[in-house]
Amino acid sequence: MNFDKELDARGLACPLPIVKTRKALNELASGQVLKVTATDSGSTADMKAFSEQTGNELLSSTQEGNLYVFYLKRR
Amino acid sequence: MTAKKMALIATKGTLDWAYPPYILASTAASLGWEVQIFFTFYGLQLLRKDLSSIKISPLANPAMPMPVPMPVLVQALPGMESMATMMMKNKMKSKGVAALEDLRNVCIEADVKLIACQMTVDLFEFDKSEFIPQAEFGGAATFLGFAGDTDVCLYI
Repeated sequence: MNFDKELDARGLACPLPIVKTRKALNELASGQVLKVTATDSGSTADMKAFSEQTGNELLSSTQEGNLYVFYLKRR
Repeated sequence: MTAKKMALIATKGTLDWAYPPYILASTAASLGWEVQIFFTFYGLQLLRKDLSSIKISPLANPAMPMPVPMPVLVQALPGMESMATMMMKNKMKSKGVAALEDLRNVCIEADVKLIACQMTVDLFEFDKSEFIPQAEFGGAATFLGFAGDTDVCLYI
């Protein structure tokens, strides 16, 4: 999937992946896509909740081993 | 979508109790919520410019995981509190948990309102210059004025 910005949140614990995702999205224009990689196993649920709360669409949420990858579209 | 609101009362000043208000506030702010934290009694420690004196104590805390079983009388020895704090901070760092200062800075950047309880400041004879400049001062009515209109309101 194409993306406009990438955020490496590996090794970070709650709430940092969400906090940094918010900051990274703020630097994008509406419709642009952010890719986030994380190792926090709680981030699957947290990213879904973040998307629902903020209206930034979660285009994809996948897990490869211990790595979690998310694509979010800036509202 | 109108922004949700959250009000917290932070009453504890130990390292373990310092995290919940700053984690919830920084996360809520990241969700676009409007947030206020009212710091009272020992919670005032969380507004100090220097957070390095915030400690955790294994004393009277039987639920705290210890690397080796430790009798209560040993936990009471001088230096044990500092040692437990150092161990906890190292553990947190190795697990990628944010430093308290970092979470507080996220709150400040996101305009979370940080209110110090004026009554407790006077009670403990704290000097206002000991607190971060972003701290505001107010009383119960200040807190309730905001809390009465919130979606989430917690006492920590």
